[in-house]
Amino acid sequence: MSRISQCFKKLKADGQTALISYITAGDPEPWVTVPILHALVDAGADILELGIPFSDPMSDGPAIQKACERALKNDVSIHNVLDMVAAFRKKNTETPIVLMGYANPLESIGYEKFAQRAQEVGVDGVLTVDMPPEESDEFLPLMNKHGIDTIFLVAPTTSLERMAYISEHAKGFIYYVSIKGVTGSAVLDVTEVADKMLELKKNTNLPVGVGFGIRDGKSAAAISEIADAVVVGSTLVSCIGEHAKRPEELPAAVAALLAEMRHAVNARDVAR
Amino acid sequence: MAEQMENNYYDSYPDDRGHFGQFGGRFVGETLMEAIYALEEAYNHYKTDPEFQAEMDKDLADFVGRPSPLYHAVNWTKKLGGAQIYLKREDLNHTGAHKVNNTIGQALLAKRMGKTRIIAETGAGQHGVATATVAARLGMECVIYMGAEDVQRQSMNVYRMKLLGAEVIPVESGSRTLKDALNEALRDWVTNVDDTFYIIGTVAGPHPYPEMVRDFQTIIGREARNQILKAAGRLPDALIACIGGGSNAIGLFHPFIGDEEVAMYGVEGAGHGIETGQHAAPLCAGSPGVLHGNRTYLMQDENGQIIETHSISAGLDYPGVGPEHALLKDIGRAEYVSITDEEALQAFHDLTRIEGIIPALESSHALAYASKLAPTMSSDQILLINLSGRGDKDMHTVAALAGLSF
Repeated sequence: MSRISQCFKKLKADGQTALISYITAGDPEPWVTVPILHALVDAGADILELGIPFSDPMSDGPAIQKACERALKNDVSIHNVLDMVAAFRKKNTETPIVLMGYANPLESIGYEKFAQRAQEVGVDGVLTVDMPPEESDEFLPLMNKHGIDTIFLVAPTTSLERMAYISEHAKGFIYYVSIKGVTGSAVLDVTEVADKMLELKKNTNLPVGVGFGIRDGKSAAAISEIADAVVVGSTLVSCIGEHAKRPEELPAAVAALLAEMRHAVNARDVAR
Repeated sequence: MAEQMENNYYDSYPDDRGHFGQFGGRFVGETLMEAIYALEEAYNHYKTDPEFQAEMDKDLADFVGRPSPLYHAVNWTKKLGGAQIYLKREDLNHTGAHKVNNTIGQALLAKRMGKTRIIAETGAGQHGVATATVAARLGMECVIYMGAEDVQRQSMNVYRMKLLGAEVIPVESGSRTLKDALNEALRDWVTNVDDTFYIIGTVAGPHPYPEMVRDFQTIIGREARNQILKAAGRLPDALIACIGGGSNAIGLFHPFIGDEEVAMYGVEGAGHGIETGQHAAPLCAGSPGVLHGNRTYLMQDENGQIIETHSISAGLDYPGVGPEHALLKDIGRAEYVSITDEEALQAFHDLTRIEGIIPALESSHALAYASKLAPTMSSDQILLINLSGRGDKDMHTVAALAGLSF
């Protein structure tokens, strides 16, 4: 069983909702990424998503676009991102790490080599935003071979048949995009998400994480009511942007934000 | 043999998943997947619908002014001293370029799909103007994304779009040119996918766009093929067209792909020179990758990051290219070459003074390559060049280079 599946299994047994954090690797400076990841785990993140910077992040809003630009000013490549995971794993061998990004940087290193290296350094899953299952013929078997979970998105526009199709190709968990829009663009409608979640649960046995539009403890708690995991991204990334000139303050600042979400989610879990 | 090539090619590309060999495909975020399937279904339905075709044909004739003439440029032929030069006059279309052939088709499709809002990206502004034009006519809301850099160098077209009732949104992210406008248009589409139709201006993007835009543009090649047979009694020896995303080129090339005796040259923008790295020539100097919904040749660094491009012509300033050109390059059916800013500018002035036609800077790249190729050919040979647009929009750019402003 993969580290991601184990994590969900354990949380479920404890009656807890998983909290997944997203930051872009190398933002605002490469050295601070690994300290932030450790701080996020200490503050209560169960799974870490690490963004691979890309020059043209078409599915992302301004916060993550700017994060990519800051990281790319430091020439952060897919190789550097894999090195960061290796560095993180020296102190932490338990927390699952998911790499999230776009197809082209993975094409540049080559799928096979990426899969090998990712397995070596301790990556657990990969989510390629612009690679739907339809275009994953070559990618999927290679990730499977190297024990990397392939996580796919489901959107508010996804039909029931398509949910089942995506679920057949997905491993680890399903990432439900809670709004029609780019990352960080709007506040989600919990009732709408809840309706969709019922449909999705009928079409998959995998745990479901909800992201895009979760900004604070309140929305995190509301989502934890209906999902297996809450994904927090743009809010953390905006905080990183505000501290870009003072990176040494970042691990504590980002951790404080995440702790607030953890607290809200836990309070809800206990009430449930 | 020719027939066999024709059948093999035309039956095979794209396949039912939108692949042109290893290129093309549907590389978009999940939110857009149902939308591109719905578009594909609608397009497949209407492309053989006689009523749809009749409405489009009528618009192309009465609103656009088709067929566009095929002009035998006798003066320039004489001056170059080689092959006979024929110009396909897409510059004479309403709105001044080939772009409108495609926007007419997509807008009619949008109307039938019940969409009320149209968005588009634009580089030089020609596609934006052509989109704003059809949106005005159909009474649809229209939003055009344009790189902030291009807003500046194509101010005339920005004003035209505004006159036509479109909202023009300058895009400040990234390199502030066409690729960033495309990113922003995709972000808009994801957000407003229910009521919005995205009119992509070139043969790129996710399937079915490369196929659909090509089909709408092949009117150029179909007309040109008939016209040259009528005018010269035979097919041309070579076709030449400029390539940004590649829509005018594929529109001319596609109906000739089965005519193996006809050579095809796609001309990319070499900017300050391929060797300087400041160019917009992914087919000549790039490598395969994934961007904007399809796999194709891209200008990228060793880490898969897209490189900023340079061309004097905003319409060529794009780091990717339509996937069908990527295929035609790999199977060797078309040859891809490049022309520098300086060479294009020379051709711009030559055609203006010798033939009394002011070409777009984009099309001037095709003309410049013709001026190299023609003298190496004999006077009983024929070069057919796509004059994809007129140069009115480029007055500011050309004047600024001469130290003038107005």
